[in-house]
Amino acid sequence: MILAVASGKGGTGKTTVSASLLSVWGKPVVGVDLDVEEPNLHLFVRPEIAGREKAFMEIPVADETKCTYCRQCSDLCQFKAISVLGEVLLTFPEMCHGCGGCISICPEGALSAGSRELGEISWGRAGKAGFLMGRLRVGEAMSPPLMRAVKEKLRGMTSHGAMDVIIDAPPGVSCPAINAVMDSDVILLVTEPTPFGLFDLKLARQAFTPLNKPMGVVVNRAGVGTSDVYDYCKGSGLAVIAEIPYDRSIAEAYARGSIIAETSSGFRDMFIEMAHKVRSMNGGSHGREEV
Amino acid sequence: MEKIAISCVEPSLDADVDPRFGRAAGYLIVDPDSMEFEYLDNGGSQVLAQGAGIQAAEIVARSGARVVLTGFVGPKAFQALSAAGIKIGQGVENLTVKQAVERYKAGQVEMASQPNRKGHWS
Repeated sequence: MILAVASGKGGTGKTTVSASLLSVWGKPVVGVDLDVEEPNLHLFVRPEIAGREKAFMEIPVADETKCTYCRQCSDLCQFKAISVLGEVLLTFPEMCHGCGGCISICPEGALSAGSRELGEISWGRAGKAGFLMGRLRVGEAMSPPLMRAVKEKLRGMTSHGAMDVIIDAPPGVSCPAINAVMDSDVILLVTEPTPFGLFDLKLARQAFTPLNKPMGVVVNRAGVGTSDVYDYCKGSGLAVIAEIPYDRSIAEAYARGSIIAETSSGFRDMFIEMAHKVRSMNGGSHGREEV
Repeated sequence: MEKIAISCVEPSLDADVDPRFGRAAGYLIVDPDSMEFEYLDNGGSQVLAQGAGIQAAEIVARSGARVVLTGFVGPKAFQALSAAGIKIGQGVENLTVKQAVERYKAGQVEMASQPNRKGHWS
């Protein structure tokens, strides 16, 4: 199964939950950091990195001597990454989404495939778990293309034998967050009982509901704030599968880069129970959709 | 004189200059000698997630205008306008279209050598 640990609001505890679930999972599992804009799972699971590679995306390279300024490429591109101005052909490689349409449509063969570096993919082992992460190149504006490259690598890592996957997703509800959760079997939404946590939890539920996957809520910092998050979950049919207490020892362990489940038997049991509940959410009528 | 494209909030010589180039409501293409004009709507820019400045440069280039007067031009629009050989006068926001044209005709609008806005991603 593939579990995506997501949230609307950032800083609710996605990585805390991901790292602890990896630690107690008890079955073959790969931890994947898909928050490629600011990956941090490795700071907690401290993997031994076995390999790295750069990821690239195809962008058009123009041979202006062949261009007849017919504008077909310019009219096709929805992102204005290629433009014909009078008798000048301009490309804006950093704005290209890599669809390859301009190269295909050019009747003169004036466009060929070049590449733009997206970032780096690295992999290895963290204890018994496999580990995989992407790190976006500084200056790269789009994370979904690198996320797709990380997921392609993941398919290679999980192709031999039954292997579960825990995805540490980026926050928010825009393209990167959707890209991180759309291949999962179960989505955990980590939130906190504050107005901010509630507001963004609502957004996340709205954004992910059309994916038709089982969703559960983990309330982190339970004890602060109000009961509004619980009332919302009850009213909207979202099960709160775990509460992580607002506890100084957790903050201290986090600041040291420790995995919370490994700091006490009580926390360990809490995450083992969380893992059981996640597994029981898998299956049912919600099949896995390959995208 | 060469035709001028001015970013504007409404299709009128008395309209305010729209300070934004790429996401302006539209452009008045003005003949500075006769003050005759035509209006080009830029409402389509609102649905573009990115590239509004480049699209605006395409619209202006196709209009035949050789000069742009506006408030702010970002780096990609600047590059595109420059590639099309269009001269750029920035900083004429807070004027009407007519006032901006008069000021240009009087030689009081400095032609830009670089953009005066950063891109969203830089």
